[in-house]
Amino acid sequence: MSKLIAGNILLFPNVNWENMWEATQETLYMSVVALLFTFLFGLLLGLLLFLTDRGNLWENRIIQGVTAAYVNVFRSIPFIILIVLLIPFTRIVVGTMLGPSAALPALIIGAAPFYARMVEIALREIDKGVIEASKSMGASNSQIIFKVLLPESMPALVSGLTVTAIALVSYTAMAGVIGAGGLGDLAYRDGFQRRNTDITLMATLIVLVIVFILQFIGDRLTNRLDKR
Amino acid sequence: MINLSKLSKVFNTKDGKVTAVDNIDLTIDEGEIFGIIGYSGAGKSTLIRLLNMLESPSEGSVTIAGKKMEDLSKRELREARQEIGMIFQHFNLLWSRTVKDNIAFPLEIKGVPKEERDKRVNELIRLVGLEGRGGSYPSQLSGGQKQRVGIARALANNPKVLLCDEATSALDPKTTDSILDLLTDINKNLGLTIVLITHEMHVIRKICHRVAVMEQGRVVEQGNVLDVFKRPKEDMTKEFVKQVTEPEETEETLKDLFGEEGIGHILQLTFVGGDAKKPLINNIVRSFDVTVNILQGKISQTQNGPYGSLFIGVDGEASEINRVKDYIREQQVEVEVIHGE
Ligand SMILES: Nc1ncnc2c1ncn2[C@@H]1O[C@H](COP(=O)(O)OP(=O)(O)OP(=O)(O)O)[C@@H](O)[C@H]1O
Ligand SMILES: [Mg+2]
Repeated sequence: MSKLIAGNILLFPNVNWENMWEATQETLYMSVVALLFTFLFGLLLGLLLFLTDRGNLWENRIIQGVTAAYVNVFRSIPFIILIVLLIPFTRIVVGTMLGPSAALPALIIGAAPFYARMVEIALREIDKGVIEASKSMGASNSQIIFKVLLPESMPALVSGLTVTAIALVSYTAMAGVIGAGGLGDLAYRDGFQRRNTDITLMATLIVLVIVFILQFIGDRLTNRLDKR
Repeated sequence: MINLSKLSKVFNTKDGKVTAVDNIDLTIDEGEIFGIIGYSGAGKSTLIRLLNMLESPSEGSVTIAGKKMEDLSKRELREARQEIGMIFQHFNLLWSRTVKDNIAFPLEIKGVPKEERDKRVNELIRLVGLEGRGGSYPSQLSGGQKQRVGIARALANNPKVLLCDEATSALDPKTTDSILDLLTDINKNLGLTIVLITHEMHVIRKICHRVAVMEQGRVVEQGNVLDVFKRPKEDMTKEFVKQVTEPEETEETLKDLFGEEGIGHILQLTFVGGDAKKPLINNIVRSFDVTVNILQGKISQTQNGPYGSLFIGVDGEASEINRVKDYIREQQVEVEVIHGE
């Protein structure tokens, strides 16, 4: 154990482990909370995109057009610009521009459209015949959504969520711009600006570990759910 | 049970209007198996989808069990649909659910309590012969087994009508037969009215009581299966009938094979209804001074009796052969001279 610590000190002489741990927590906090809301909003937007499309349950040109426009616009704005653009909005919603919570609105607004498109693709993959069979049995629209559309697309929804979660982790690295903290912020400020390469390296390693764990969990879950 | 009146369906496509169903009047009786046959694009699927309003009619009306389907509110339509089962060519099972849960699905839709649901699912699994497979997922089943799940699911809510859209077209001949047997049993035991569409005359022959022939959105001929087999009026119907009554080789091949070999006459005997079992040939050989040679034959069983053709070569005096022909006609068997005279 002491050898390990000694090794750490030798390899990463400038790393302040307390700061590193705090930054890790901030990154995890931002990612997890943002992922939760992204999942909810993305799922809603994705369902809306799918259901209002031609030939589907809630076919509606106008809603489809507006939703698609919203999704396309927010998906195209580079995150670093989005985060700056949203500063006034964040002030109103979160009440402060300090700490990791300040990054949440931008993270969610940036990632939800991204996930929405994946939800839409997942729903499109469902065999039309299955939806038709459900209608022929007298299913209502809400029964079709909750008993057919969501369960049948679940593996794709989960694997899409995995991709989104990983994208979110990398978005949080940019949250430092508005002083939200996190590993990216630490790597940039303490690592790059003060020429402590070891801090940058360590922060990178931790981000990699987080990404690998997410990918692993996502893959396992997807495989378990997929009965095709 | 089912009544279609002046029913039409026109699709508006980029290439203009497509009339898939064109002014169809049709009545289907309670408890019968009614077949609709036609080539691809004839409008069969559109017609059957009009029955449960998966497609809404452009004109005309559909009445099932006294309900005018097109006048029902959304909610009433959902309830009416619970009384009309439907099975599909590609089964359309939910792959995320086990066999049991797939069969339970329509019961869930109807709001049947869990306990009752389980009981009913077990009954249905037994009915369709899938004991022991309840926990499997559709991807673990063969095509025939998947269709059995489809049938169990369609029967879950004790429907009055079962609609089958090419239910056996994705299956091999043996599996097709077992599914058709199952449908016949269900029809007999549960008194269910079955409407089935197909492009295979074999299916019509095997299980249907009545048949309608569709071409370009219209019903060109309909009637008792045996009557239609006996006297197909339209060329299209004749083609379909040939699928099941004629031996693989055509009349031409028969002439080629036997015409020059000194066989005087080749007769085609057409059996209809109950006559196929009579010892006709035996009687001819005994009572007339001719030699008889059986060349080819194919007798099929229909729901209203046997039907088929037999080709025989007959040698003897011309007058004797004429007497043979008269005798055969007396037995209510149709005779046609293919070669000779
Ligand atoms: N949703 C639709 N939109 C436009 N045209 C359609 C639609 N559905 C069917 N049609 C057209 O209606 C006609 C009849 O189609 P239908 O599917 O009923 O034929 P079918 O007899 O079932 O053929 P098959 O044996 O190949 O299944 C075809 O010309 C088809 O192109
Ligand atoms: Mg069809």
